[in-house]
Amino acid sequence: MTDAAESGSLFDHLEASTGRERKGMAAKTSKSKGAAERMAAKQREISVSEFFTKNRHLLGFDSPRKALLTCVKEAVDNSLDACEEARILPELAISIQKLAGRENIYTVSIEDNGPGIVKAQIPNIFGKLLYGSKFHRLRQSRGQQGIGISAAGMYGQLTTGNPVRIWSRTGSRAIPHYFEVRIDTAKNKPTYEDKATDWDGKKHGTKVEIDLEGEFRRGQRSVQEFLKLVAVANPHVHLTYSDPEGQELIFESVTKDLPKETDEIKPHPHGVELGILMKMLHDSEQRWLSLFLQREFSRVGPKVAKSICSTAKLSDRAHPKRIARSEVDKLKKAIDQTKIMAPPTSCIAPIGEKLIIKGLEKEVEADFYVASTRSPSVYRGHPFQVEAGIAYGKPGDTMELLEDGKIIKSAKKKKKRPDEVLLADANEQIRLIRYANRVPLLYQQSACAINKAVVSTNWRGYGLSQPRGSLPVGPMVIMVHIASVWVPFTSESKEAIAAYDEIIKELKLCLQECGRKLGTHIRKGKRLANEFKKRNYIETYIPHIGQALQEILHLSDPQTNKTVKCLTTVLEKSRKF
Amino acid sequence: MAASKKASKKTTKKKRPEQSKMDAKTIQSIDSTAKMVHGKIIKLDKPELKLPQRSLANVSYDRRVGHFKLGRIRKARALTVNTVKSFAQTLKLMAFSKEMVQEDDFATKREAYYVSKNWGDAKFREQPESDAVMDDIEALFSLEGLSREHLRFYPEEHGGAVAGELTVIDRDEETGKPIEIDCTGFGSGAYSIPHSVEHLKFKTGAKFILAIETGGMFQRLNKHRFWRDSKCILVETMGVPTRATRRFIRMLSDSVKIPVYAFVDCDPYGISNIYRTLKVGSGNAAHLNQFFCVPKASFLGVTPQDIIDFKLQDATHPLADVDIKRAKDALKNDPFFKAHVRWQKAIQQLLKMGVRAEQQALAKWGLNFVIEEYLPRKLKQTGKFLP
Repeated sequence: MTDAAESGSLFDHLEASTGRERKGMAAKTSKSKGAAERMAAKQREISVSEFFTKNRHLLGFDSPRKALLTCVKEAVDNSLDACEEARILPELAISIQKLAGRENIYTVSIEDNGPGIVKAQIPNIFGKLLYGSKFHRLRQSRGQQGIGISAAGMYGQLTTGNPVRIWSRTGSRAIPHYFEVRIDTAKNKPTYEDKATDWDGKKHGTKVEIDLEGEFRRGQRSVQEFLKLVAVANPHVHLTYSDPEGQELIFESVTKDLPKETDEIKPHPHGVELGILMKMLHDSEQRWLSLFLQREFSRVGPKVAKSICSTAKLSDRAHPKRIARSEVDKLKKAIDQTKIMAPPTSCIAPIGEKLIIKGLEKEVEADFYVASTRSPSVYRGHPFQVEAGIAYGKPGDTMELLEDGKIIKSAKKKKKRPDEVLLADANEQIRLIRYANRVPLLYQQSACAINKAVVSTNWRGYGLSQPRGSLPVGPMVIMVHIASVWVPFTSESKEAIAAYDEIIKELKLCLQECGRKLGTHIRKGKRLANEFKKRNYIETYIPHIGQALQEILHLSDPQTNKTVKCLTTVLEKSRKF
Repeated sequence: MAASKKASKKTTKKKRPEQSKMDAKTIQSIDSTAKMVHGKIIKLDKPELKLPQRSLANVSYDRRVGHFKLGRIRKARALTVNTVKSFAQTLKLMAFSKEMVQEDDFATKREAYYVSKNWGDAKFREQPESDAVMDDIEALFSLEGLSREHLRFYPEEHGGAVAGELTVIDRDEETGKPIEIDCTGFGSGAYSIPHSVEHLKFKTGAKFILAIETGGMFQRLNKHRFWRDSKCILVETMGVPTRATRRFIRMLSDSVKIPVYAFVDCDPYGISNIYRTLKVGSGNAAHLNQFFCVPKASFLGVTPQDIIDFKLQDATHPLADVDIKRAKDALKNDPFFKAHVRWQKAIQQLLKMGVRAEQQALAKWGLNFVIEEYLPRKLKQTGKFLP
């Protein structure tokens, strides 16, 4: 696994300290005397690890049940990111086993066929919070911050005392490595043992094992459901899962197409904040302001740079490092006033309508599928793209019109276990499944922009019932995916998306697009069901007509049967639909 | 189906009489209707039964014929959600009718309703449903000159009482031999009109028929043998005359060619319901009227003018709201009253006076004033009777 990185928003109030790879935390030091000095004696650096030991709920480890899920989620995210970056079709094996002799302790193991991790990086990735490759670049990936897997390891260590165990191999010729990594929470540094291992049958890949205190459950927000949702949005991924009760599940991949390779982009001027702009100015190696603007941002050419400089009343040859505080303000305002082309969208890879439908078809048994992918849009300088898919109607609930005019109930498929069925019942609220960069979001649905967009869409217009201010009611699953280089989560545990106006607007347009197609289907279904009911009703009386004619005309039984048959044919042919 | 056949078969073991001409025509009509439907089905055409619409909108009043006539509006019964059930029921009821003709049996409306209970999904839920389908069939076959009695559906209620110089020739139900009934020979009682009167024949020397609304008046005239003194036949209508009573009066007046006089209360109900129905039939059963009306009838009394002529003003009651509404409705909507200016004037006069007078009001001048004064005086001027 290649991931680990640093968090942005959480530390906005803290001072950033050193270098590009590391963002520790420096305690604020006070210069006042007396009491201030006494206090100073107690003030010391807090390590990120310590911070999260005390605030583990921020990362999704608040309950044993959620911890188990978060652990699997972080490991899966990392594996998939690594595989896709290396252009390998991901094959993951997830296993949760009870640790013998210990109550509520489970061993979570995730094995992938990814590129592996070089030996020197293994301890840092798994034993250091905020270490990784994804934070500093603007590119769509599942992980963003570099906290996840190391936090999972830390949680495991905290609850069981056992180290994280990692096997990794980077190629068929490379030597496989086995590591046992512990985190020194005071220093946010890994301590590890490196053992040689023979890892047969695997050319490349990584396997992580974490022992942790957890609670195994089925049903909503379970590991199983999480994996199922992963399978919906990632139809190229092959997953196998074995749970503590011995159940084995396989989620087959249905496409060999990896998600489009995404480009890394420079930040867009409109999305940049004042503090970041200052830091960028300070760090830049460019000597002219104009060149700084052109090189450090996307979509800024000489003309735009010149226009920004003149609006800010700054020389385009000013040295970036010497632009004073007040001038940065002016520069920021000038940037905001200047019309700049939207950021390039090559950095985001949507799932695509076809694959959304494939993914839904494979995991949700329904009668009707529809998907829609919007073209990319921008919020605060970050490009993002919204897509949605709908699976509607339990198989066997709807009617089919055959070519010869007959209407039949569509074939019933085999019943799955109730906890495997994503589709809501006809009288229940619909199921909403949310994704950010292909990662399912399981918690805090009501705080999420996606939920808000679904609720504020008028589904009554598409033939569904919808109580005021809530999700529509019906046998339906809506999946919504937001892909972006920077998904604006409301918290570090990445459970809900912030409701930016631009995002809500795109979401609603996307849902409406799906809704219109759904509406056509539902209306047709209702018409068909209505017609089916009518024909059934009429057919009840056909035998009576036959009998009456038999009684009056003394027809023989075969003649009567023929009459009844003819009547049925006439009925089917005569009723236009 | 076999079960239903058995159930509907009456167990009477009388000898099957020869089919009459009308019975043969009935069977033929049912058969041809069924053949038409069956033929269409076999050719994979949409089967359809077209039945005359029974409503005032499809009725016209022909003065020359003297009764309401069905218009050309038809309603269709076919393979549609709204009509398929009654389509099936219509055919089933026709099959039932044919069976009864062949077995020389009959069913009352109520019985027919219960017979349908054996039809499964096609059964009637309430009797009004079966009555409506029956009326439809009746309307359809009335176009061919067949009445409901020909189809062997008999009304529940029997006719009124008859007294006077009349011999009714009925037939013995078992042997089929003619029986002569002398309507003068019932003492203080009277002859009761049977449910079905189609087979009756008459002999009489009477000069007219007097249709009387109330039983009380009928008793008085019968007790004092009014029929003997004025050579007439008394018929009690008991309110609005039943089908049997109307048919009886019609057949009687047709066969012996004597006039019919109506003697009813002087109120909008007596005029527009009892008399109008007797004379031209009712609006919502227009298909029946060719058989069940008495175009020859005329209105003896009590007329609004009688209230003045016989000084009955202090023996009246004010018109109730329903009376006024009924009278106005008759003037405005009833094709019969609209066709007769004299009737319009009479009803307007009644409305103007704002009162109604019962037949019994004549008792103000003495119990037998009606026999000694009123009727003789009126009968001297039959030409002045309201049409």
